[in-house]
Amino acid sequence: MVPLSWYLGLSALLFTIGAVGVFIKRNAITIFLCIELMLNAVNLTLVSLSGFFGDVGGQLFVFIVMTVAAAEAAVGLAIIISIFRNRESLNVDEVDSLKL
Amino acid sequence: MQAEKILFIIFAVVALASALNILLQRSPLYGALSLIGTLLALSALYMTLRAQFIAAVQIVVYAGAIMVLFIFVIMLLNVPKDQPQIEKQKGLRYLAIPFAGLLIAEMFFVLRPIRLNTLPPISSGNAEQAVGTTWSIGTALFTDYLLPFEVTSVLILMAVVGAMVLARREGD
Repeated sequence: MVPLSWYLGLSALLFTIGAVGVFIKRNAITIFLCIELMLNAVNLTLVSLSGFFGDVGGQLFVFIVMTVAAAEAAVGLAIIISIFRNRESLNVDEVDSLKL
Repeated sequence: MQAEKILFIIFAVVALASALNILLQRSPLYGALSLIGTLLALSALYMTLRAQFIAAVQIVVYAGAIMVLFIFVIMLLNVPKDQPQIEKQKGLRYLAIPFAGLLIAEMFFVLRPIRLNTLPPISSGNAEQAVGTTWSIGTALFTDYLLPFEVTSVLILMAVVGAMVLARREGD
């Protein structure tokens, strides 16, 4: 059998790749994709703990995370569309009107 | 080495390689396609953890619905590639990589003492009611977790209305 720590280690690696992407990427949509990657890494942790401890609660939490991710994608992409309409760019360095 | 470990390694390598490809690609469209690869590999890993329902939902909802929405928006906007000429604080940004190494080291330090190696055995007789089947998820969702389920439906409704308000043109 595959040990639990392998699943948790894979999840840690995926989460870190997502976090690095949020910092080094400049395109708003790519940053969004990296956030989805981080959500999926945490989902893998929840499903593996749920499987190894035989508790269905973790998988229900993953189910709810997925619906929240769908809602987040819908609202976030709508925000990105309206930013693109106003500024003709998706570079997050240029969207700095809140900067003092 | 058992077949399960070989399967795990294959799907873990696919997931990690396509996740890294998101960082390497300049075009967001190729990034989105790589993320679909990661999602499919994770779905296969959920099958090895006996989470059949979540594996199916991962493909239908994530790889199907959410990523189609992403690709639809990328193609609708005709997004330009990352423009390298407008780089602010370039050196500061690449500090992310050493800090990522630190984060990985920290997580593996925390995971080191874990000694849980086998999934719990399937009790014979009621295999269709084991943890991870549609039966167990549905039963728990509509009894113990009914309130979160209902709150989720309100959240989805708010997201639909909010997305329409945000993406609408001014003056419509």
